[in-house]
Amino acid sequence: MTTVPAPNDAPPAEVDDDVLAQIALSRDEYQLACEMLGRAPSDVELGMIGALWSEHCGYKHSRPLFHHFPTEDERILTNLGEENAGAIDIGGGWVAVMKIESHNHPSAIEPYEGAATGVGGIVRDIFAMGAQPIALLDSLRFGPLEDRRNRRLCVGVVAGIGGYGNCLGIPTVGGELIIGDAYSSNPLVNAMCLGIAPRGSLLSATAGPPGTQLMIVGADTGRDGLHGATFASVELDESSAERRPAVQVGNPFLEKSLMDACVGLVRDHRDWLEGLQDCGAAGITSSTVEMAERAGAGIRIQTQQVPRRESGMTPYEVMLSESQERMIAAVKPEHVGDVQAWFEHWDLHAEVIGDVTDDGIARVFDGESEVGAAPVSVMTSPPAYTPYAERDAESAARAAWDPSTLPDLAPPDANDVLLRLLASPNIASKRWVYRQYDHMVGTNTVVTPGSDAAVLRIRGLKQGLAVCTDGPGRAVELDPYAGAARAVAEAARNIACSGARPVAVTDCLNFANPERPPIYYQLSQSIRGMADACRALGTPVVSGNASLYNESEDGPVTPTPVVGMLGIIADVTKAVRMAFQDDGDEIWLLGSRPDPDASTLGGSEYLSIVHGLSAGPVAVDLEAESALVDALVDAAEAGLLKSAHDCSDGGLAVALAESAIAGEVGATVELGSVERVDAALFGEAGARAVISVAAGESARLAAMASRHGVAATRIGTVGGDQLRLGSINTPLSEAADVWNSALSDLLDS
Amino acid sequence: MRFAVLVFPGTWSDWDCVYALENLGQVAERVWHKESSLDEYDGVILPGGFSYGDHLRCGAIARFSPVMSALERFAGTGKPIFGSCNGFQILCEAGLLPGVLLRNASLQFRCQPQELTVERNDTGFSSSCRPGQIVQLPISHGEGQYFASPEVLDELEDAGRVLFRYSGENPNGSLRDIAGIVNPMGNVLGMMPHPERASDPLLGGTDGNYIWRSMIERWG
Repeated sequence: MTTVPAPNDAPPAEVDDDVLAQIALSRDEYQLACEMLGRAPSDVELGMIGALWSEHCGYKHSRPLFHHFPTEDERILTNLGEENAGAIDIGGGWVAVMKIESHNHPSAIEPYEGAATGVGGIVRDIFAMGAQPIALLDSLRFGPLEDRRNRRLCVGVVAGIGGYGNCLGIPTVGGELIIGDAYSSNPLVNAMCLGIAPRGSLLSATAGPPGTQLMIVGADTGRDGLHGATFASVELDESSAERRPAVQVGNPFLEKSLMDACVGLVRDHRDWLEGLQDCGAAGITSSTVEMAERAGAGIRIQTQQVPRRESGMTPYEVMLSESQERMIAAVKPEHVGDVQAWFEHWDLHAEVIGDVTDDGIARVFDGESEVGAAPVSVMTSPPAYTPYAERDAESAARAAWDPSTLPDLAPPDANDVLLRLLASPNIASKRWVYRQYDHMVGTNTVVTPGSDAAVLRIRGLKQGLAVCTDGPGRAVELDPYAGAARAVAEAARNIACSGARPVAVTDCLNFANPERPPIYYQLSQSIRGMADACRALGTPVVSGNASLYNESEDGPVTPTPVVGMLGIIADVTKAVRMAFQDDGDEIWLLGSRPDPDASTLGGSEYLSIVHGLSAGPVAVDLEAESALVDALVDAAEAGLLKSAHDCSDGGLAVALAESAIAGEVGATVELGSVERVDAALFGEAGARAVISVAAGESARLAAMASRHGVAATRIGTVGGDQLRLGSINTPLSEAADVWNSALSDLLDS
Repeated sequence: MRFAVLVFPGTWSDWDCVYALENLGQVAERVWHKESSLDEYDGVILPGGFSYGDHLRCGAIARFSPVMSALERFAGTGKPIFGSCNGFQILCEAGLLPGVLLRNASLQFRCQPQELTVERNDTGFSSSCRPGQIVQLPISHGEGQYFASPEVLDELEDAGRVLFRYSGENPNGSLRDIAGIVNPMGNVLGMMPHPERASDPLLGGTDGNYIWRSMIERWG
C-alpha cells in the first residue's frame, strides 16, 4: 500500500466524535481509513473520504448484493455502476440511456427544492453521457393525505418536479403516486430520466490520460449542500430541519443552458473531450475522484481556481459543496480554449480547475499549499458490509394470515366497494399530478400519462420506447422476495400492455436502516426477488440507486424497491392504450386464475381500504408473467388489441372500470359462478391483463394466447353507459366522477 | 415560406415548431437571439419555453435580446410574426401586443388539451378555419392568465382583435376567456396554446395545422 507523505496542514492527531458524526463515518471506518492511508487524514481528506464512503456514494450495504442482478445481454452497452447511467441498444443506430435516483431526505424537509434538484441531478446523469434527455418519470410516496403535513409535502414535491422539469423542456411522462402510513415522516421522491443518443456517440465519465485538463462549467460554487451525501445516509430525526442548508436550491434555467451546451458539445466535438461527469452528491470530490478511478489515474485540483459565489470559502467547503448545475469536463489540453468558447455561446463559463496525473493520488491544493493527497484507490474503496438478516416476526405473522378466514363480500355491497376503491388515491386518476407537468414538449409523447406505460416516438425510427415505474411497497413489506419480484412483473405487464417488449430495468432501492436485521432482510430478499424476476423476464438491470436510512422517529419506511422499466415497441404507430374504444368490442381476460381464491386478496388495496388490513400471502408466478408478456406483445404487433390494461391494484373490477372510464364507454361483464365475490372482483392475482378486441377477432386471439400457454377468457362486451361487472351495476358517469375527482378533492382543499 | 424560429436561452418549443412547419413543406430555421437581422425570412415564430428561466418576469429579459429590434422592424413590414406561450409573453413585454400574462388563477402549471373558439376566420392566421369553429390545441403554462385594462380589452374586442377564446372551462383565469390576440395590422399573433403540438396525427390531433396553413395561404 502506498504511503503518502503528510500534506502541509498537519493532520488532526485525534478526531472528535462530532467531526465523525458530521460526515457519518464510524470510528472503525476512521481507523480503517488511517490504516489504508498509513497515517491520519487531513481535514480535507477526511471530508472527502467521509463523502465517498457514505452510503449514498459508497453503497456500503447494498453493493455486496448487486452480483445477484442479471446485468448483461446483447443489447446492454454499459456495465452496471461504471457509468452515470445504463445504455441499451434500441436498434436503428440509436441507444437509450436511463437511470433512476432518489431525493428522499431533501424532499422531506424542503419539498419544492428537494424534488426540483432531484430532477436536476438525474437529468445531468443522462446528458453527462452525451445523450439527449427525452423523458422524465417520478415515483412518489407520501403519508395519508388527510394529514395537512403530508398534503404540504405532496403539493410541494409535485410543484418542485414541475417547476424544474417544465423549465427544461423535457416531458414528464409517467410515474406513480402511492399513499401509505409509513411514508408520513419520510416521503419517497424518485426521479427517472430517459435519454437517447446515436450509437457510438456516448461519452464515458473518465478523466482520460495524464495531462488532461479538468474544467468546471455551470454554476459557481457556494456553501450550499455541504454534507448532502452524508445527510442522505443517516436517519431523519427532530434535528433534520436544521439540515435545511444541506438542501440545494435549483436553477433550472442554468441547467437547460448547460444541457443544450453539453449535448451539443458531445454531438459536434466529442474529440475535444476525454470524459464528462455530473457534479452531484459530494460535488467536486466525487466527480473528479470517480473520473480518476475509471481512468486509473491521479488528479490535481486547485481549489482557488474554482469560481465561487461567496467569499471566504475553505478548500474543504469547495471540495464538498453540492451546488447544483455544475459539470466536470475532462478536456484534451489543446482544446481548452475551444471548450471555453463553446460554452460562452450559452453565456456559460468554463474554468480549468485541475489536471490528470499518473501517480494515482488525488491532490488538493489551496494556492501553493497541498491540503490533501490521498490515493484515489483509498477513497473509492469504502468498506462493504453484510449485516445479519432476520425476518421481522410481526410482518411474517401478517403474511401468514389466511384471507379465507374473512367473510366473503355480500354481492349487493360490491358497488359501494368499487366506488370506495376508485376514490383511493392509490387507484384514482393521477391527472391532478400530471397536468402540472409538461408531458408533451418535444412532440414525441405518443401515449401520454394515464395509461399503463408512456410511449415515446423517436423521430425517423419505426420503433418507439415505452417507459414506466412500479414499486408495490405493501407487497414487499409482507414478502420482500415475492413483492420485489412482483414490482418487476407489474412493470413488465405495464410495458407489454402498451405493445412494447420489456428490455431493461433501472432500480431505486428505498429502505430503512440496513444495520438492523429486519431491514437488511428486506433489502437482501428484495434484491434476490428483483434479480430472479429480471432474469425470468429478460430485463437486465443497467443502472440504479440505493437510498437507505429512510426512517424517522415514527419508524422505518415501507420497503420500496422502485423498478423503472424500458420497453421497445416494434412499430410505434401500434401503441396500445388502456381505454376501451367501440361498442361491441369483446372484453377478454388474459392470464391465470379467472376465478381466483381468497389468497389473491393478500396485500390488496381491497383489504387495506375495506378491512384496514395489510396482510396475507403475496405470490408471484414468473413463468406465467413471462408468457403473458409474450402474448400481449404478439397480440399488439398483430394489431389485435384495441385496449390493454394491467390487472393489479384493485383487481379485475378496477381494471375494467379504468378502461371504461378512460374510453368514456360502458361495459358489461359476466363472471359466472365464482368461489368468492371479493377475490373475483378485487383480488390481485398476478399475470393478468384486461384487453379488448374487435368482435370477430376471438379466434385469432384465442389461438395466439394458446400458443403462449396463456389462458384467455371472454368475459364481456364494451358498450352502453353503465358499468356492469357481476353484481356491480353503476352508471359509468358516477364511477368516472369519483375516480377523476378523488385526488383533487384531497389536495386542493 | 422561409420561417425564422427564434431561440432564446431557455426556449424549448423551437424544434417542435421547426418539425411542424417542415411537415407542411416549409423551410424553418432556428435563429439564435443574438442575431440582428431577420430580413431574409418570410415569417417569424417565437416558440414556447422559459426564456431566461422566467427570471424577473416571463419575457422581461428576452425583450432586450439583440434580435428584438430586428423583430420590431419585421413587424412593421407586415410580414407575419407568431408567438405561442413564452413567445406570446415576449411579444407583450416588447409592446408588440397589449396586455400581460399573469400567473394562472389556480397558481398551478397546466398541461392539458384545451378547446378554443375561433372568433373570426377573415385573418391571415385563421382563414383555414370556419367561423366559430372549435379547435383543440394543448396548453402548457404556469403564467397564461391574460390581463389588460378594461379600456384595452374593449378596444381589442371592438377591433375584432381577439382571435381565440378558451371554450368550456377557462384554464387560467384569462379575462374574457382570451387565448390569442392580434396587433392592429393583423400580422402579429400571440396565443398561449401550442399549435405545434397538434400538428401530427400520431400525437392525437392536427388542429394546429389550421393556423400554419392559414399563414402559408396568406403570406406564402
